[in-house]
Amino acid sequence: MTSSFPERSLTRAAMSQRTLFNTVMTVVAFICGVLALVPLIAVLSYVIIQGFSSLSPSVFFELPPKALQQGGGFGNAILGTLLMVGIAAVISIPFGVLAAIYITEFSSANVARWVRFAANVLSGVPSIIAGVFAYGIVVLTLVKLNLGSYSALGGGFALAILMLPIIVRTTDEALQLVSQDLRQASVGLGATNFQTVSQVVLPAALPTIVTGATLAIARASGETAPLLFTALFSNFWPGSLFEPTASLAVLVYKYAISPFKNWQSLAWAASLILVLMVLITSIIARWATRKEA
Amino acid sequence: MANNISTVNDTQTVLRTENLNVYYGKFLALKDIWLDIPKNQVTAFIGPSGCGKSTLLRCYNRLNDLIESFRADGKILFYDKNLYASDIDPVEVRRRIGMVFQRPNPFPKSIYDNIAFGAKINGYKGNMDELVERSLRQAALWDEVKDKLRQSGSSLSGGQQQRLCIARAIAVQPEIILMDEPCSALDPISTLRVEELIHQLKEQYTIVIVTHNMQQAARVSDKTAFFNVKTTEKGDRNGYMVEYDATELIFNNPQQQDTKDYVSGRFG
Repeated sequence: MTSSFPERSLTRAAMSQRTLFNTVMTVVAFICGVLALVPLIAVLSYVIIQGFSSLSPSVFFELPPKALQQGGGFGNAILGTLLMVGIAAVISIPFGVLAAIYITEFSSANVARWVRFAANVLSGVPSIIAGVFAYGIVVLTLVKLNLGSYSALGGGFALAILMLPIIVRTTDEALQLVSQDLRQASVGLGATNFQTVSQVVLPAALPTIVTGATLAIARASGETAPLLFTALFSNFWPGSLFEPTASLAVLVYKYAISPFKNWQSLAWAASLILVLMVLITSIIARWATRKEA
Repeated sequence: MANNISTVNDTQTVLRTENLNVYYGKFLALKDIWLDIPKNQVTAFIGPSGCGKSTLLRCYNRLNDLIESFRADGKILFYDKNLYASDIDPVEVRRRIGMVFQRPNPFPKSIYDNIAFGAKINGYKGNMDELVERSLRQAALWDEVKDKLRQSGSSLSGGQQQRLCIARAIAVQPEIILMDEPCSALDPISTLRVEELIHQLKEQYTIVIVTHNMQQAARVSDKTAFFNVKTTEKGDRNGYMVEYDATELIFNNPQQQDTKDYVSGRFG
């Protein structure tokens, strides 16, 4: 019998072209995989090494020092970041989750497509534009109403705009992953749409939604550009939502480019705290939703 | 098609289908269905894929309303109320006419909460523990799960999950239970248990079951409707009912040649 395939033996031919190509490509893929990890590990280790050496308990409780003064801290910036991310979360999570529920559960396919498209566009908008927008909407309005100008409210609003599309998209995807069978089972038992969504669909999608919200919070807490001209900065503890407020990201930006040694080391410590805050948020979110899954 | 309407003398009719046409968009999925479902009996729908038997089943509890392009004209009378009348609340219809699906689909909740869910949303005021136990006993599942009611419903085997779904449907005390190929995802032993269960349930409930398995239809049902599908010149596949009669007659002495070919396995 003649075959159109080349003759090959069953024993392994280590030097054949096919085997060599296979080995080489596996090695190349492995190297690329390692290279992709290098930036992450490098950044993290650099921040941790530099940050830990400048870290002391006083950074949590003290106000920023004068330029050439020793010691001091950035308790006000930690509080400011928590405050503004909190405001952003309070605005964007309810809006985002409800919008996603509307497009997956109730709207027509056409509306859903447009809302998804809009969310995608919004998530591609540079963060500084969100800042300009918040400046125009919140900061200038506050000026007009004589309530203040640069403020935590403005900063929080800018961050909310950045968080919104992330929350809409992750919630949307989470809800779409909930099997249609479950919805039918619930509706088939005589549940109303509201009961089906609130008692069957949302609980099933909760872990993924929480992960999405955490991602959004992590992204927002590291944003600097939109805060520069909405919340500005302050050397004092935040007194109200209507006054300029410090944040870790802006503090890092200001102090890292300053010529003063003590400010530079505070910037490193602040970077470390920022990274740890993001890390802790995601660990807590994972832990809190694991039982539900 | 007047010869296909079966008149039932000895039992009451709970669901009367009159001149029902079902459309998806412009496409006619089910054509001119006339069919009476007798109370406290098991009625089976058989027929090849795409003949519309599941579509018809889902018309009975208005589950097709979830499909955007769905439209039905004609009547489905539940006793004397037309289910498709404009003043009918589909949510209330679905509580009275329950459904068991093809794939077991327990909620990602505990076994207890799977049963309690339907009762809670429908405002059940009685003793919940009692209801859960009674429903699970009726579904012949109590002895297997009584020690692990707090475990997730999805921890059960496929057959147990399907009986859990039946228990869940029973818990809201419907009058009719619709079953859409309830055993097609189960092994033969689980299938047998579900079939035994169907036998017991018809004492209290009216059951309509769609099945691909003709032996199953012959084993569990009192009456059988055979559906077929006709392909039009444009390539649309219109489902219609060929014959409806006592199960014995459908399998042993069908009046239509199509039915004879189908039940004897000579279907082309």
